[in-house]
Amino acid sequence: MITVLFFAQLRDQLGCESVSVPAQDIGTLAALRGHLVARNPHWQPHLEADSVLFAVNQTLVKAEHPVRAGDEVAFMPPVTGG
Amino acid sequence: MSEISVQVDRFDAGQEYAALIADDTDGGAAVFFVGRVRARSEGRQVTGLTVEHYPGMTEQALERIVQEARQRWPLQRVRVVHRVGALALGEPIVFVGALSAHRAAAFSAAEFIMDYLKTHAPFWKKERTPEGDVWVNARDSDQQAAQRW
Repeated sequence: MITVLFFAQLRDQLGCESVSVPAQDIGTLAALRGHLVARNPHWQPHLEADSVLFAVNQTLVKAEHPVRAGDEVAFMPPVTGG
Repeated sequence: MSEISVQVDRFDAGQEYAALIADDTDGGAAVFFVGRVRARSEGRQVTGLTVEHYPGMTEQALERIVQEARQRWPLQRVRVVHRVGALALGEPIVFVGALSAHRAAAFSAAEFIMDYLKTHAPFWKKERTPEGDVWVNARDSDQQAAQRW
C-alpha cells in the first residue's frame, strides 16, 4: 500500500486527511494523482493545481518521481511558514 | 553546532540568543531574526494565528536548509526555532540565529535560512479573523526572495 497525506487548505478542500492506495499499476506520483482523481473526480481541480507540492517519504519531489509500496506520499499547498 | 526546534511552546528571543552564543568566543558576529504574529495581513484584521506542519518532514527540511547554509558560509552556530499550534497577536513565530566570525556571513546566512524556510519547509499558517479562519496565501515575493540565492 501507499499512504497518501493531504495538508492544510488542500485537506479542507478535499475533506480528506489521508488515504491508502494499493501500489500495483502506480509507477509515478503523477500516475498516483491520476488514480486519485479517477476515484474522486471532484478532487481534480485541487490535486492538479500548478501550485500543489509533492513529497515522497518526506522529501519534496517532482510529479515524475517514482512511488512504490510502503511509500508515504504527501500532497501539499504552497508553504507559508516563517 | 546547529540546533533546530519545532515546538508548541512560546520562546523568549533573549534566551534563544543567549543559547546561540553560549560558551562561544569565536563568533564575532551574531545575527538573529524573529518573526511575529501581526494584527493586519493583506488588509484583513487578524486576531491570531494557527500554524500547521508536517511532523517529521518539517525537521528534515529545516536540517537540510541549515546544512545548505553551512556549505555556503562559515558558521560557528545556527539556531532555528519555529512554533506550531495556536499563536496570539504579537507572539514570536520563528527565530533564526546565525553566529559567524564576521558579519557578512552571519547576515547572509540568517536571511538565506529565512528565505528558504518560507518556501521549502512544510508549515502553513491560518489566520483567525472576525470573518472566520483564512489560510494564508503563498506570496510570489517570497519565491523571488528564495530564488536570488
